[in-house]
Amino acid sequence: MGAVTREQIKSVLWDVLGAIAPEVDLDAVAPDKPFRDQVDIDSFDFLNVVIALHEKLGVDIPETDYARLMTLRSTLDYLADKCGVTDKRDS
Amino acid sequence: MGVYEFRMPALGADMEAGTLVEWHVKPGEQVKRGQVVAVVETQKGAIEVEIWESGSVEEIVVAPGEKVPVGAVLARLTTAGEAPSPPPVAAAAPAAIPAAAPGARPQPAPAAPRARISPAARKLAEELGIDIARVAPGAPDGVVSREDVERAARAMKPAPAARPAAPDWHAQMRRAIAAAMARSKREIPHYYLGTEIDMTRALTWLEQENAKRPVPERMLHAVLLVKAVALALREVPELNGFFTEGEFRPGPGIHVGMAIAMRGGGLVAPAIHDADRKNLAGLMADLRDLVTRVRGGRLRSSELTDPTITLTNLGEQGVETVYGVIYPPQVALAGFGKITERPRAEAGGVSARRMVTATLAADHRASDGHRGALFLAAVTRLLQEPEKL
Repeated sequence: MGAVTREQIKSVLWDVLGAIAPEVDLDAVAPDKPFRDQVDIDSFDFLNVVIALHEKLGVDIPETDYARLMTLRSTLDYLADKCGVTDKRDS
Repeated sequence: MGVYEFRMPALGADMEAGTLVEWHVKPGEQVKRGQVVAVVETQKGAIEVEIWESGSVEEIVVAPGEKVPVGAVLARLTTAGEAPSPPPVAAAAPAAIPAAAPGARPQPAPAAPRARISPAARKLAEELGIDIARVAPGAPDGVVSREDVERAARAMKPAPAARPAAPDWHAQMRRAIAAAMARSKREIPHYYLGTEIDMTRALTWLEQENAKRPVPERMLHAVLLVKAVALALREVPELNGFFTEGEFRPGPGIHVGMAIAMRGGGLVAPAIHDADRKNLAGLMADLRDLVTRVRGGRLRSSELTDPTITLTNLGEQGVETVYGVIYPPQVALAGFGKITERPRAEAGGVSARRMVTATLAADHRASDGHRGALFLAAVTRLLQEPEKL
């Protein structure tokens, strides 16, 4: 994947989480609270998220970085860093 | 030449009837032992049913949409050899139970192409009285989703007022679990044992292993637990099998049933077959496949009927200790809680170690506490040498 925007990363993340939890309205999930509880994601689902992000964005997320993927906002920040996006604003 | 009667299987101790959803074969077609030939809707969702005889399909007896009791003849097969003895019939005469009012009975599914259907879509279709076989997938992946069912529902004419209430899928699953667990507590004299296991070494090894692996090949600590339980069962085989007709019968292999929660409630515990003989990567692949199919696809009948023990891992929810209820006719359930850092006194000092509480609920008719204790000791020992699992 070439240069991406934060909006595109958000779209990918929403697609990945939406595939696992189709009944959840991700726009209603509190962006600064841990999303695993809010979206009801267990370790299998979380690994599937990491694998899907690897496939769609080309990012390798080491296990030591999992703590940075606690909230939707921190996950977007982390992915934006990994993808070289500097714009930190959420639309 | 013989005739084999393919019957509605009992997909668990709690199942009384199932709805034939679709056939994967038609009259005249050759089938092989182990082949998935039909999909049956049960209280545990849609299950792919395998056949355990090879031959030619002579007759389809039950049409899609019909609900029939366990033991009812679904199809007849012409076999090459002698007529095999039919499996025991658990239910009375196989009179069809209409799944809905005659006017609402689903039509046979179109022959091809066959779309994949998400369980959520199937449930919604049942609740709305929509024939799922007639709902076309909207997305390019070919999977019929809830949205597709909702779209089909909107396109339908208003349902006739006389239509009976749609079955509540969640209530059905609750009843199924209630029946099995009530039977367990009524019939099985449980005994319970527990121990704390130091997981520090195993988790450190796993972290180092995962750092070397490509992302899609990473493993979760659950596979270490599965393998340790499976190997420990070799040492204490009286925990692996079934208590039926007044006696313990050893399992034909070590098939670990993994308790997996379903989104929206309920759980199933499908089997990882021959878990003691698979390496960790193979177990991880099986586990991912099972979890994915529980939550988004279909299970196969053998996965529901074959478990010889159940393993439940409730640590994700923050629980530290599990007091399990055995799934009859199995004779044991191994439980694991949350891995937490705990102070551990050793050699006169105290250090922080990552610990898990492992428990065993076992059937006293099949084993005694001494053997159960040996099982937990074996699990503990095996988890100290993760590289050998």
